Amino acid sequence: MEMSELSVRMRKIFSGERGATFVLDVGFSAAAGFTILFGASGAGKTTLLDCIAGLQTPESGRIALGIDALFDSAERVKVPPSRRAVGYLMQSLALFPHMTVAQNVQYGLDGLAHSERDRRCVQVLKAFRISTLGGRRPREISGGERQRAALARTLVTRPRVLLLDEPLTALDAATKSQIVDDLRAWNREQQIPILYVTHQREEVFALGENVVTLDGGRIVAQGSPHEVLQRPQLETVAQLAGFENIFECAFVAEHPEQGTMACRVAGAAVDLEVPLSRIDRARPLRVGIRAGDILLASHAPQGLSARNVFPGTITALEQRDVMVIARVNCGAEFEVHVTPAAREALKMQVGGKVWMVVKTYSCQVMQE
Amino acid sequence: MILQALTLTLRLAVTVSVILLIVGIPLAYWLAYSQKRWKFVVEAVVSLPIVLPPTVLGFYVLVAIGPLSPVGRWYQSLVGHPLAFTFAGLVVGSVLYSLPFAVQPMATSFAAIDRKLLDASSLLGASRWRTFRRIVLPLGMPGVLTGLVLSFAHTLGEFGVVLMIGGNIPGATRTISILIFDQVEALDYAAANRTALLLLALCFALLAALYGLRRRAAWNVWGWK
Repeated sequence: MEMSELSVRMRKIFSGERGATFVLDVGFSAAAGFTILFGASGAGKTTLLDCIAGLQTPESGRIALGIDALFDSAERVKVPPSRRAVGYLMQSLALFPHMTVAQNVQYGLDGLAHSERDRRCVQVLKAFRISTLGGRRPREISGGERQRAALARTLVTRPRVLLLDEPLTALDAATKSQIVDDLRAWNREQQIPILYVTHQREEVFALGENVVTLDGGRIVAQGSPHEVLQRPQLETVAQLAGFENIFECAFVAEHPEQGTMACRVAGAAVDLEVPLSRIDRARPLRVGIRAGDILLASHAPQGLSARNVFPGTITALEQRDVMVIARVNCGAEFEVHVTPAAREALKMQVGGKVWMVVKTYSCQVMQE
Repeated sequence: MILQALTLTLRLAVTVSVILLIVGIPLAYWLAYSQKRWKFVVEAVVSLPIVLPPTVLGFYVLVAIGPLSPVGRWYQSLVGHPLAFTFAGLVVGSVLYSLPFAVQPMATSFAAIDRKLLDASSLLGASRWRTFRRIVLPLGMPGVLTGLVLSFAHTLGEFGVVLMIGGNIPGATRTISILIFDQVEALDYAAANRTALLLLALCFALLAALYGLRRRAAWNVWGWK
């Protein structure tokens, strides 16, 4: 086992959002570098981080850094949070509001000599590009700067593992990737495991070398982002990965020369051309299609490579932020995401006619 | 006569609020963060002086420090004279009587501090004591200040407990509120008026200073919210 590796095997009963109790039962390990912990809210991600940091106590299991146990129910080991050397960036950041950025950063360097404290503080502020903000209070700096300050405060103590609880969710993409780049640069020297919690698919692709997918307190998939998100094995993963459309289907025919097969959506006269897959043809299967992968057209499209082209009627339209969510009925009902500009261009309205286009390779086939 | 009563009263108020600061902060910290199941009992006991008539409290303290109780006997064997009807006795009674006025604002402001800040502190390696000194105390300062001034002001104006425990001994236990009572009883309304006005002005100045100061402190500490 690598010296710096974080290994977790634990069980904890935790209460979810509506007072219901769930069992968090997981086992995984994270080597130096980014590991993404991916799951919907309420999947137990924060509880897991709290247990690693020592803010909550698992019912049983073992959490260790290299060969050092932080928690071991069998050996009755429970290291207090202050002695774990776990860096934990909480969602709220928890910067001390009555201290300046520099005071915040130096807070964890209590035992060191003054000169060493100053040296490390200057170094980390520089690494995270906030050298000029040392004298400001947290309320006097921007959201992105606060994230940087909180990261600097945690990393300056040289933790053996870094836990990040959706710290960058609220930031715009440019700021986010800049901070992540700085974090990677910092970690090139330190080589510690970084556990990054998120519920956003984009972040998984942007960051992950290794993804652990959590659902209902269990790990349902593990691997590279591509393995985990693009080729889901289980439907729970598919839902997490953002398949808004999931249809019960039956196998109809195969077209090996085209590399496709046709399957009929249950209870509808819609045949989907999906990639030819190894399935049990006698049993029902499911087809998942992301709402953002569906094209709409105002007239019957011609000369397309896409195999699935259906006329349909718009049954509902709703704008959410910069996205328009349309429901289109073409025998079966599909959820389709388009931009407000597309809505204008197509003059979309409820009751209006549209053509729906779905590429074969946008159809994900699943069978349990 | 007024001057003597005034200095006595101020001496009492200062002594009491200093003691309450020392006793109140740890007690308030415990009340704010303890997870003991019987915490509510302590909360109720601390709050009792708010609802009890001062005479009831004064009576029990008088009995407790009197020459018949173990405490009173122990004190007398130590010092040579009984605790009741002395300045020290007055201090004991006043501390108990003003306890909730010191502890409650402190406990409230400690409890209002975001727990995540305390977690963050210990994750950065800080001991409980360091977290208390660097995070809890500075962020709870408005409450500590309020508790300090309220216990001071409350002691300035107290009457019933003083009368029960201290009696009315010039220079030892005759505080300003007792003096006013004396003057009214003697039908010397002019003197009573002067003394009452002095107490009124003193209390007003104190509270005005508190709220002015607290607003500044609040701006400094809580400006982020």
